[in-house]
Amino acid sequence: MDLVQQVREGNKVAIARLITKAENEAPEATAALRELYPDTGRAYLIGITGPPGSGKSTLTDKLVKEIRKRGKTVGVIAVDPSSPFTGGAILGDRIRMSDLSLDDGVFIRSMGTRGSLGGLSKATHDAIKILDAAGFDYVFIETVGVGQSEVDIVKTADTTVVVSVPGLGDDIQAIKAGIMEIGDLFVVNKADKDGAEKVVIELGQMLELNQNMGDWYPPIVKTIASTNEGIVGLVDKINEHLNYLANSGELIKRRKERISNEILNLILKRVTTKITGKLSEENFWENELDEILNKLKNPYDVTDRVVDEVLL
Amino acid sequence: MADKIRVLVAKPGLDGHDRGAKVIARAFRDAGFEVIYTGLRQTPEQIVAAAIQEDVDVVAMSLLSGAHGTLMPKVVKLLKEKGADDKLVIGGGVIPDDDIPALKEAGVAEVFTPGTPTSVPIEFIKTHVKK
Repeated sequence: MDLVQQVREGNKVAIARLITKAENEAPEATAALRELYPDTGRAYLIGITGPPGSGKSTLTDKLVKEIRKRGKTVGVIAVDPSSPFTGGAILGDRIRMSDLSLDDGVFIRSMGTRGSLGGLSKATHDAIKILDAAGFDYVFIETVGVGQSEVDIVKTADTTVVVSVPGLGDDIQAIKAGIMEIGDLFVVNKADKDGAEKVVIELGQMLELNQNMGDWYPPIVKTIASTNEGIVGLVDKINEHLNYLANSGELIKRRKERISNEILNLILKRVTTKITGKLSEENFWENELDEILNKLKNPYDVTDRVVDEVLL
Repeated sequence: MADKIRVLVAKPGLDGHDRGAKVIARAFRDAGFEVIYTGLRQTPEQIVAAAIQEDVDVVAMSLLSGAHGTLMPKVVKLLKEKGADDKLVIGGGVIPDDDIPALKEAGVAEVFTPGTPTSVPIEFIKTHVKK
């Protein structure tokens, strides 16, 4: 039986192999994704993001368990950083999700960023589609531990959950651009620690200043993931957001945006491959470097020539 | 780009000493492998489920409790049952020389004992993983 059919039937060995092929950019992966595409779009995609050590993995573990209690199946993609020097990685998110390994209705995959800087890996989108086509009701995407500006998740998930913890900084951090702007829900985890209430207040004040708030007012939920406190309420809020997305038309809007982004990225990738291939095969500008260095030519004219010759 | 080698570093059974597992995980990382670390006290069933979902090329088990004779062969057997027996299984830890032939007989490709430089298992993996 072929891989695509096995993925459709939820065969875990097949799902895992296809994700590997997508990560390695194997041509079979694109062919399989093309075939699986009509089976995608059924899963509800939830992004979990926040700084390193804020408890994203533990929170994900507890959220998945609660969703399983409600009878739904869950795929999880957990991204951790790859070394910029060796390309190696330690993917440690699974440690917090050990109990889920043996649950038939759960599939967890760890991915290294492999050079991507936006908090996800290049193949994350493919992995999401594969889990979606395999029939999982929910797909959780846990980003790398983020700083301030790794916001790719908001273009990837239907619902983005931003996790904060006490002790990271003052209220100026909360009004900065970037990660604090992308939350559909905010979680203050480790809420038994000193300063949790202050974080809740600062987040609340940040949200009050938001001028372009739509009909959805992002809730702030306190949790202690390690003891499961606040988890039931958080799942309720996540589902509430899904209902809001579906009823307001926002879900369609977000998914259309995602498809446009995806197509743009695929085009850019193909164009980049074409240009770099052309340049390496002909030493395209090698001869012109001296002339540019001596100011006889400039980079802008050379760029115009390269683009004209390669693309038009 | 060559396909990346993925390795599951697993701690089966009840011993809580994972210094060795962490040292080897770090060395594998520096060799350019993607290392998935399972954490402590994993059952063979959990290790096999993780190995399948992560689609690793190598399952590396660290064991200091003396239960290697039971747990390592069980992982090999379960991998086979689940249709994932294409993975290279290796072991490390405090394992008496006399026990090694039986482990190899059971399908553990190689066993690395205390004092082995980390370069040895790294080379072994690079040589034996079919990419």
